[in-house]
Amino acid sequence: MVERTGLAILAFLGWVGEVSLFGLRAMREAFRPPFEFAEITRQLYEVGWRSAPLIATSGFSIGVVLSMHTRASLERFGAEAMIPAGLTIALIRETGPLVTALLVSGRVGAGIGAELGAMKVTEQIDALEAVAVDSFKYLAVTRIIACILALPILTTITNVCGILGGYLAETSISGMSLELYFSRAFAVVEFSDLIPSTLKTMVFGMIIGTVACYLGFTTTQGTEGVGRTSTRSVVMSSILIILANVVLVRLIFFLFPPV
Amino acid sequence: MNHLRQGSDAHVDAAAHSDGDGPAIRLEGVSKSFADLKVLDDVTLDVAQGTGFCLLGRSGTGKSVTLKHIMGLMMPDAGRVFVHGKNVTELKRQELGEVRRTMGFLFQNAALFDSITVGENVAFPMRRHTDWAEEKILDTAKARLADVGLTEAFDKMPGDLSGGMKKRAGLARAMALDPDILLVDEPSAGLDPITGDEIDELLLGLKKKGTTLVMVTHNIPSARHVADELAMLHEGRIIAHGTAGELDRSDDALVRAFMRSESGG
Repeated sequence: MVERTGLAILAFLGWVGEVSLFGLRAMREAFRPPFEFAEITRQLYEVGWRSAPLIATSGFSIGVVLSMHTRASLERFGAEAMIPAGLTIALIRETGPLVTALLVSGRVGAGIGAELGAMKVTEQIDALEAVAVDSFKYLAVTRIIACILALPILTTITNVCGILGGYLAETSISGMSLELYFSRAFAVVEFSDLIPSTLKTMVFGMIIGTVACYLGFTTTQGTEGVGRTSTRSVVMSSILIILANVVLVRLIFFLFPPV
Repeated sequence: MNHLRQGSDAHVDAAAHSDGDGPAIRLEGVSKSFADLKVLDDVTLDVAQGTGFCLLGRSGTGKSVTLKHIMGLMMPDAGRVFVHGKNVTELKRQELGEVRRTMGFLFQNAALFDSITVGENVAFPMRRHTDWAEEKILDTAKARLADVGLTEAFDKMPGDLSGGMKKRAGLARAMALDPDILLVDEPSAGLDPITGDEIDELLLGLKKKGTTLVMVTHNIPSARHVADELAMLHEGRIIAHGTAGELDRSDDALVRAFMRSESGG
């Protein structure tokens, strides 16, 4: 049992190593011409714009729910006035970035994995190479860059919609005005809360794009393999996002110590 | 090739790559295995410029793998592959790209890009490698589709086409840049006999214009019609090589049996 667990951990670490090399190669290739701007723009539309409705709806719902939970907790201490600030800090620092990354991992990671997997098993990736197009650069680098650029924007949408949802929940109970809600919400928020936690989602974007593209490029065994790739893209990128978040939060606290 | 984009990274001059009167394609002692399965075993062959060459053999004998080695999509475990005198097994990615721009490849399953229309598939290589105006690209794409009898399919998605139509669209894309070398994997598979004959005539026409053809097929009448030379692969080795007449008179019973086949693919 112990031996089997050890072997599984070693296999996972080996796999993470391969994915990391794939991602590093993508970063190196990203700075070499040709830059494939048209394809990056198309992927930004697919990854970013088409995820926006899901992200906005989820962010709004989370804001409403967080507000209700926060009120239930703070009411016991007579600290209802802290609800806007507590909700905003929770959203901006952790909930917004993590929820956005996990949602994008589900929508985009699965999509990229399935798309590239299908292209691999139907020889479309070989066909790209045959017309003298660098398939790695055209398919993988563009998607990884799009994920890296889209995640901070989508996280900001989650945060804004979440704060608005929190306001609606709060004003429906206490009648708090929009002006008062926002002044209380941002009274304690600093740039060190907002910038590092938003920028860390670029790492999440890189994880989502790299894992999905790696699995897509290494798909085998026909349509069954494509299905497996799609599922694994979501599972593995979600695990790696959650693990990376632990390291990133520790790093943020080290670089921006809480006052 | 004079329509190809001028510039250090894109200009292709086939003559500069050729070693004069040497073969357009040369395989020297090429071997390839997948796990324990040896698919190619010390394969050596030459394909002369402007000729038609046909690879025959039963399913799973390494014919498609040979084509992929010529295109540089697979690298041999041993041996060398030369295209226009350049060893594709040793080329850097950019140099390999330049060699690939002089070739067209029709895949066994067509391998059309299924997220764009048939017309965009054919236009894709022109968009990537020429400075042509949009109008010229679209006109050329339509002309290539007309060559394979698919004028009406320009705006259709690949998923809306039958297997035979996909094959013809794949051939139109392979011909898009007017390649020096055309590699075609079972061009008549899935086609009705009349369309198959039309494709054969199209390939013959390209050969007459100087295109080097390398064709994989099970269709012996088609192979006799299009190819100047034929080779038969069996268990990873070339067991016969020559004109159709020479293969008809082969000492090997398998070769003679194969050549007697009148399969239409």
